[in-house]
Amino acid sequence: MALKQWLLSVLLASTCLVPIAAAGPIENYSPVTAERLKNPEPGNWMHYRRTYDGQGYSPLDQINTSNVKSLVPVWTFSTGVVEGHEAPPIINNGVMFVATPEGQVIALNAKTGDEYWRYKRRLPEDLFQLHPTNRGVGLWEDKLYLATTDDHVVALDAKTGKVVWDTKVQDYKKGQYLTLMPLVVDGKVIVGGSGGELGVRGYVVAYDANTGKELWRTFTIPGTGETGNDTWKGDDWKTGGGSAWMTGNYDPDTKTIYWGTGNAAPWPGDTHPGDNLYTSSVLALDPDSGKMKTYFQYHQNDSWDWDEVDAPMLVDLQRDGRTIKSLIHPGRNAIFWVLERKPDSIKYVAGWPFVHTDVWKGIEPESGKPIVDPAHKPIIGKRVEFCPSLWGGKDWPSAAYSQKTGLVYIPANENFCGGFTGEKVPLVAGQLWLGTKPEDIGLTPRPGATHFGELQAWDPATGKKAWSHNFPKSQLFGSVTATAGDLIFVGGTNDRMFRAFHAKTGELLWEQKTNSGIVGMPIAYEVDGTQYIAVQSGWGVDAQRIQDALVGKVPGLENNVPQGGVVWVFAVKK
Amino acid sequence: MCQDPTRRALILTALATGACIASSRSSLAEEDLPGSSERPQKADVLVFAEGDRAGEVIKPQDLQAGGPPVRAWPKDPKTSVVRKGSRLNEVLVVKLDPAELDEETRSRAAGGVVAYSAICVHTGCPITAWVKAAGGDKDVFKCVCHNSEYDPRRSAEVIFGPAPRRLPALPLAPDDGPLTVAATFVGKVGAQQAR
Repeated sequence: MALKQWLLSVLLASTCLVPIAAAGPIENYSPVTAERLKNPEPGNWMHYRRTYDGQGYSPLDQINTSNVKSLVPVWTFSTGVVEGHEAPPIINNGVMFVATPEGQVIALNAKTGDEYWRYKRRLPEDLFQLHPTNRGVGLWEDKLYLATTDDHVVALDAKTGKVVWDTKVQDYKKGQYLTLMPLVVDGKVIVGGSGGELGVRGYVVAYDANTGKELWRTFTIPGTGETGNDTWKGDDWKTGGGSAWMTGNYDPDTKTIYWGTGNAAPWPGDTHPGDNLYTSSVLALDPDSGKMKTYFQYHQNDSWDWDEVDAPMLVDLQRDGRTIKSLIHPGRNAIFWVLERKPDSIKYVAGWPFVHTDVWKGIEPESGKPIVDPAHKPIIGKRVEFCPSLWGGKDWPSAAYSQKTGLVYIPANENFCGGFTGEKVPLVAGQLWLGTKPEDIGLTPRPGATHFGELQAWDPATGKKAWSHNFPKSQLFGSVTATAGDLIFVGGTNDRMFRAFHAKTGELLWEQKTNSGIVGMPIAYEVDGTQYIAVQSGWGVDAQRIQDALVGKVPGLENNVPQGGVVWVFAVKK
Repeated sequence: MCQDPTRRALILTALATGACIASSRSSLAEEDLPGSSERPQKADVLVFAEGDRAGEVIKPQDLQAGGPPVRAWPKDPKTSVVRKGSRLNEVLVVKLDPAELDEETRSRAAGGVVAYSAICVHTGCPITAWVKAAGGDKDVFKCVCHNSEYDPRRSAEVIFGPAPRRLPALPLAPDDGPLTVAATFVGKVGAQQAR
């Protein structure tokens, strides 16, 4: 490379990748340690689901069933961008970090809403974003970590927003990208790649939090000679999908990461015959080496685009007269999974459909393998319909577990079916590769459907549904958060509402109409003795896709869900 | 330059920031063909981007009236360089009934043949579908990533979905011969990042 070109490049790098605004560095920032990540203070939200176990539960109870009716906005903040705002605001001792689409991070005073700094990545102009979103920033010491849609991991100085390091993960021009919040474990920044619709081979990769140096990379599909490669035919494994685009959970006691994997690719099952390990699975990984300890596959030979990337919650469950170190996963494949995690295995305990499905005839009791009805399994050359739709019984938005009620709360979608005609399509690097015509994908309400979105409360010990709240004119596409105030917070509907439900009864206790639809994750935090609830409102991506697909099919469906992100923060009116 | 970096500059930037030098060398060489990443210029001809006739110059009679559109690259007739160094140069060409075109569109058409950027201005996906409009009975361009629809008869106006603006039109010379570019894109191609 000529010296002139090199200098030009350095100049560009230094001028394009700096924070946009600098209202002032953060003073007295609290460094994030391994111990704090393991046992986060009740008032903080430093992990994707607040704690490593992925429960999405806050122990704060100042806001509770008796006063939630007095919840009012205390400040808002406009993010300045459109599309899906899916990230939880991340809280560290009075500082809020908000990640948005377009690779933006905003640091705010969590009490006042005043801006400290803002980082905005300069995305390549030839980038195409199938999922224009971001799900949050990970924290370690005095840095934070952003995974970007142009397939980089960027470390920022938490106090100033300045870039500390910037590591390319793979090549965005080949359809590889990142949308997840990095998982941080003992000084390692761990991410997994997206691209299940673009012919990738999925992976989870760890970087040194201080330097950005790659430490290990584990592919979700075994290569030639590796255990499990024989569940693929020929070279199918090289482009077989198994993306890993959601944050894993972590068991510090056994030093095991539990990471979910995505659909097999392309979609029709007969284009990649075999069980297709380790697609649509949960992997148990050693954080030091990336070595896979064990796995459980939720369904074999995925044919429905049913990613199972949402990592299972780690719950100590009293069931069948004993304490089970469980993994709980309400699957995109419509099955509510209760599994037992052991050092060398993940055992099936129980499973049942939590929404209507015609794909499964049952589950093998020993192996936990679901038994497929071939009439509803997409193949080449034939239109095949199936329930639920390709967005599943629950897509990526997270369920929550309340340690007070012992219930699991699911943002479910009932009464949606889908279908497509499989066809052989050659893979072109960087282009959509679905195995069907995208315009052929169907979303169909079931005849006689009375509702679609359904907030469900299940007892994982008994398999019984405790309550549900139905949404007659909307899907439910937003993560759920539970608090010790016996409250369940969720957005996710096309009427732009943010709602609080009684965790024990399902009674709707409070709601607030916001600027846009909410696909983001609610959080609870505390500053100076006051509890707050925060959420981003900013509709987009798959919630929008479902909305578009329903136009004309559901009488009276709200068809105007405006886009544009706003951070909302609420507290009880004094 | 920060406001509108070329793809070449971006690749150099990636190299300078320490990313994957080895794997980028081949693409760098390909893009070193003079003009291959430059946007379409006046007097460029359009060539088929795919299929059995990939690389051949497109004439109006090669196109089926009423669509579907074909995908095309601009080609510099003097140097014979096909401008496929940037995906932002890809063009959709479709032959329509001239009577259906509004005045502005007709002024940029070669007979009933119109050309537009093939890159959705929402998040930069390639526009791949030619389907009945969500709210009408005529076929239109559709981006299957997020369902934006554009009407090529009316300057690719957005008629459905989240796209914030029209597709950039590529004016064509009103001649009968090979499809020839009359002027540069009307508007900026690709998605625009919020400032």
